[in-house]
Amino acid sequence: MAEIFYWDAVRRAHDEEMDNDPLVFAMGEDIGLPGGTYKATQGLFDKYGEERVMDTPISENSYTGIGVGASMIGCRPIVEIMSVNFALLATDQIINAAAKIRYMSGGQVGCPLVVRSPGGVAHQLGAQHSGRLEKLFAGTSGLRVVTPAFPVDAYGMLKTAVRCDDPVVILEHEAIYNLKGEVPDEEYFAPLEGARVVREGTDVTLVGYLMSTHWNLAAADKLAEQGISAEVIDLRSLKPIDGATLRASLAKTHKAVICTEDEAPVGMSAEIMAVLNEECFFELDAPPVRVTAEDVPMPYNHELEKAALPDADKIVTATQKLLGH
Amino acid sequence: MEAADRKRLLQEMVFARRFEERCAEAYHHRDIGGFLHLYPGQEACAFGVLEKARVGHDYVITGYRDHVHALKCGADPKEVMAELYGKETGSSRGRGGSMHIFDVQNHFMGGYALVGEPFPLAAGLAKGAKMKGSDQIAICFLGDGANNQGTFHETLNMAQLWELPVLFVCENNLYAIGTSLERSTPMHDQYKRAEAYAMEAAQVDGQDIDTVMDAAAKAVDFVRSGKGPYFLELMTYRLRGHSMSDSGRGYRSEEEIKRWMERDPIYLFRDRLVEEGVITADDFDRMDKEARDHVDDEVIPFAENSPEPDVKDLTKYVLSDDDSCAMGQIAGGGK
Repeated sequence: MAEIFYWDAVRRAHDEEMDNDPLVFAMGEDIGLPGGTYKATQGLFDKYGEERVMDTPISENSYTGIGVGASMIGCRPIVEIMSVNFALLATDQIINAAAKIRYMSGGQVGCPLVVRSPGGVAHQLGAQHSGRLEKLFAGTSGLRVVTPAFPVDAYGMLKTAVRCDDPVVILEHEAIYNLKGEVPDEEYFAPLEGARVVREGTDVTLVGYLMSTHWNLAAADKLAEQGISAEVIDLRSLKPIDGATLRASLAKTHKAVICTEDEAPVGMSAEIMAVLNEECFFELDAPPVRVTAEDVPMPYNHELEKAALPDADKIVTATQKLLGH
Repeated sequence: MEAADRKRLLQEMVFARRFEERCAEAYHHRDIGGFLHLYPGQEACAFGVLEKARVGHDYVITGYRDHVHALKCGADPKEVMAELYGKETGSSRGRGGSMHIFDVQNHFMGGYALVGEPFPLAAGLAKGAKMKGSDQIAICFLGDGANNQGTFHETLNMAQLWELPVLFVCENNLYAIGTSLERSTPMHDQYKRAEAYAMEAAQVDGQDIDTVMDAAAKAVDFVRSGKGPYFLELMTYRLRGHSMSDSGRGYRSEEEIKRWMERDPIYLFRDRLVEEGVITADDFDRMDKEARDHVDDEVIPFAENSPEPDVKDLTKYVLSDDDSCAMGQIAGGGK
């Protein structure tokens, strides 16, 4: 099993799926000849040509719609939207078309489209390049929404998503493309539903996805130094949220801290809280707490940006308070 | 075109007109819910263009004024009416309604209620056909109002850039809902906007079906021969209001409506066929009665007597039935 970068895991999935099926094609801004802003399609333009690795004009809604149209007749398009902030421009095609076509056609036609888009807060990119829009897609009927936090899932989920008959939104993260992790040498298809326990523990359950999973892991290290054993759950899928895995963890720990990179109001933390309440209430010894971004457009200044975001220390503090330490 | 074909074409148009008028009645009786946008006055557009395409083979897509396009593509009128009634036997199983008629078997890829949404979908259908090495083309019908959406510009740009086999048909009925072209768009000739993207384009009378068929034949040949997209603007008129909640008055003069009623595409075509000796006036009246009877005796009873969808199937069709992607157990995964 080799250790590879997250971006390379995404690239490998593209390559294998394009090799497997001539109707798989990729499109997006700068993904072809320039090689992809995050290198996720590096080398594929030379290998598969410009009909299958398409550099698009800066027209997010319409190139996404071209992907939708092609998917309706058997193609398997992978649309990259360079930044999730720009995906707002494509929400008509994603939310009004891709997510609804199967239903409003009475099941006559599906839309096996994959939309990949990195988001989250990287470093001082300002309010319009720091979007966390998972709530928007996770709140839409007819979509699957996954958030691979590790190279193995970035690889395996993209491969599964390409072959899935439903529209799948894969939310990646700008700050983790250079994360390294083990990916099986043989072909691997990750499930598009189901959370994973990424660190076992007995005192508290730390719940997160994408970047917050990495903050939770760092917090678990710090908590261990204080003798607190934290279990870390990476949700992986935001639609549906895997209540069963949460319940199994809470049956051990009985306490939960939710960390999300988005704001609290109507954010993913609210939905996770609802799942804990509905599915895990009788396992809980205390109300779950949440550590989220502040309710502000992301500032440019480094110190302000840091203050606006969760981090391991904030998770540790919230956990200590919850446990009465 | 053979006389028999001309007669059949007129019969199809008359049927579509009576179908739509009967929809209006059913709407007033509240048998049809939601929004209802009818087509009378514009028949020469759908029939003229699609007569020159390969219906059932080429992909067709349009906006919310979609019943007649579906019928010309081969959709069963009983199923289209049942869809308007929201029944399980409807073309979209009662999940779509008037604005979302789909008949994928006949490659009618849907009506969409977001103005401008079908432009990129059509280009995507064309891209898919091209990737498959097929000689199919995609035909996108939309009104002039849709041309003020960003998707018009974005899609025409990409369709021309990538030489996609797509025919854009602009049914320019002069009104975007209740706002006239003069009051919404500084460039009144829509085909000139397409020309700004270096696209082949033409503008013709959309009330005269022979003119439409001539222009469509040229446009379809152009696209099918791999020369790239084509934009055809048909000058037409909506005899009714935008939807059932709009009388079509208020923002248009009686004089204007009267002038266009005199150019009703069905009666223009009838008069020509009578002149050519293809039919007599009596033949037309018989044709008209047959159309009304067909709608009253077969189409409406089918819709009325069909079952409602079962409520237990509420969540059917949200996602595919195949759970393998949820589980990561992809059939045939691996090479």
